[in-house]
Amino acid sequence: MKLKPSDLDKIAQKMRSVTNLRKGTSRIKITVHMGTCGIASGARDILSAFLSCVEEEGVSDVLITTSGCAGLCSREPMATVEARDKPPVKYVDLTKEKVKRIFKDYVMGGKIVEEYALAIGSERVL
Amino acid sequence: MLCAGTGCVSNRSLEIQTALESELKKYDLQDEIQVVLTGCNGFCSNGPILVVQPDGIFYQMLKVEDIPHLVEEHFLKGRPIEKLMYIPPDKKSPVPKLSDIGFFKKQQLVVLSNRGLIDPENIDEYIARDGYKSLAKVLTSMKPEEVIEEIKASGLRGRGGAGFPTGKKWEICRGAEGDEKYIICNADEGDPGAFMDRSVVESDPHAVLEGMLIGAYAIGAENGFIYIRDEYPLALKRIKRAIEQAGEYGLLGEAILGTDFNFGLSVNRGAGAFVCGEETSLISSLEGNNPAPRTKPPFPALSGYMGKPTNINNVETWANVPRIINRGAGWFAGIGTESSKGTKVFSIVGKLKNTGLVEVPMGITLREIVYDIGGSILDDKKFKAAQMGGPSGGCIPASLIDLPIDYESLTSAGAIMGSGGLIVMDEDTCMVEIARYFLSFTQDESCGKCPPCREGTKHMLDILTGITKGEGKEEDIEILEGMAKLIKQTAICGLGNTAPNPVLSTIRYFRDEYEAHIKDKRCPARVCKALIKFNILPDKCNGCHICFKNCPSDAITGEAKQIHEIIQDKCIKCGMCFDVCKFDAVRYE
Repeated sequence: MKLKPSDLDKIAQKMRSVTNLRKGTSRIKITVHMGTCGIASGARDILSAFLSCVEEEGVSDVLITTSGCAGLCSREPMATVEARDKPPVKYVDLTKEKVKRIFKDYVMGGKIVEEYALAIGSERVL
Repeated sequence: MLCAGTGCVSNRSLEIQTALESELKKYDLQDEIQVVLTGCNGFCSNGPILVVQPDGIFYQMLKVEDIPHLVEEHFLKGRPIEKLMYIPPDKKSPVPKLSDIGFFKKQQLVVLSNRGLIDPENIDEYIARDGYKSLAKVLTSMKPEEVIEEIKASGLRGRGGAGFPTGKKWEICRGAEGDEKYIICNADEGDPGAFMDRSVVESDPHAVLEGMLIGAYAIGAENGFIYIRDEYPLALKRIKRAIEQAGEYGLLGEAILGTDFNFGLSVNRGAGAFVCGEETSLISSLEGNNPAPRTKPPFPALSGYMGKPTNINNVETWANVPRIINRGAGWFAGIGTESSKGTKVFSIVGKLKNTGLVEVPMGITLREIVYDIGGSILDDKKFKAAQMGGPSGGCIPASLIDLPIDYESLTSAGAIMGSGGLIVMDEDTCMVEIARYFLSFTQDESCGKCPPCREGTKHMLDILTGITKGEGKEEDIEILEGMAKLIKQTAICGLGNTAPNPVLSTIRYFRDEYEAHIKDKRCPARVCKALIKFNILPDKCNGCHICFKNCPSDAITGEAKQIHEIIQDKCIKCGMCFDVCKFDAVRYE
């Protein structure tokens, strides 16, 4: 499809309905940070661990996606977990076991896993 | 002070205002206590927010029902209500707010504004964050000259190292004679310890494409190249995917966005030669020739790829462009310092607690980067120096830690902004060895075309290697300085012109270390192996035998429960005995 300038807004709106939790059907969005640094520290295993958690729990309202480096390369692998109407939580130094616990406690239970969380909230974008 | 920002108003702060005013009137306090509506506090998640001055008491998440009680208790009886007050997150929960963490607090994201937020392999996610909106704006409402004026007004300077004003560079190329023009994205990042451009391409490839499209329109180019090193497989994959997707949407090719603007883009992989970061070498490599520089002028803007006018910018420069067009030159020029506008992305590595990729406003101090963002030095050692600009740059010593980081102050301190590699060194780093290391890198990467670089750096490297081996002579420092000056003046390209910088800046700030190596045959940081010696202190050794077991070169003698000794001829100075000894019986000097 060749775009016209007005199509940009349409795509943006359609996309936001998928990625924006307030507008979409997902309850929770999990972003695994997959830059070179993340992948080198094992982000691929983290991604598949989240995916198998989704499968095991049989949930359909959890959106798993990937993104680039979150900046703090020394704490990779990292994932950002964002629940609807709550600030995103960044988890660092992840392992498959930690993923299971985060999924059980936070995604299913709504309780932040404090030991693995770096911080809550978003970065300042100018 | 009642917050009346959009966030708080939608949480009914205006109803709280009405309730406050009527309650105050009830107690006849309306003349003593004034209700002031303020702009957004920035803490929207906890709104509505009320700050009571002069005490600075901070109430949060107020409801209309809370107000009668609040007015009675606080304003009438003078007892602030604790349960309505804000409790800092560290008291309530061990998880801090991201904006309170040093690493993130001082960062301001322009180039990296999509980092960690979008899927770089999905163009729709980029579009959902205002992607390609600037391109549409430029193509439908701006003349090429107006785009150039906008970039000039923003004060954007090249992020690849030299800091040439980007708008000016575009203007020269636009004005150059010839109807066939080219633009190039230099993604041949090669400094040891630098990965800014890789990360930008990996996390937001469309920002680079959009910047190039805007540049091509402004300059009048119909074709462009992305020259990216093959050692960046993920970045390469993502930029190719981005080009594919942009092509499907008609954002590349003919009649872009239904206008008469055409632009084609191809990707060329670099083989990892450091010299290809230099414009004319890169062009030579693109043309299929050996990557060697040529003398300038003529500059590529007049005669570049295939002799046609060519504009080269690096990844970060291109990625700034859509944001400038979207938000306006004035917005961009409001960030940074007088001469250096905007932000700069640095990869901070070395002896820091936090390492990674950071974007900070120009003018930030090295202290803020090292201590606030970097979280201070590993193992709480002392900060010694930071190498800025990689092998082409220089070191900034601890004494200049409050230096504001912009193009001019870094140059006057003997370093360069470079592309943004920042390597932090602690007290255990030998500055002579660092200079030797960086020079060995540039020597190795010298293309060999011009003698000052090919021969000169070789001689300098020999002298430096001699010094680290304890073979330094009194006159060495002077010879190094003389040769450095000569190479800087006579080498034909940036690689040679800047190669002596690490040597000159370490001599400038750490001359005493050079003298200790040369005169006293001593390495103060205890790094240069030829100048250090390991010994076991007889009064502290209790014969635990652990050093004996761990020594990889069988250089330790002694039976268990007897005093051990190191055979110096066999010792390879690996430091294993020092590390394993639990009784501080191994000493080195």
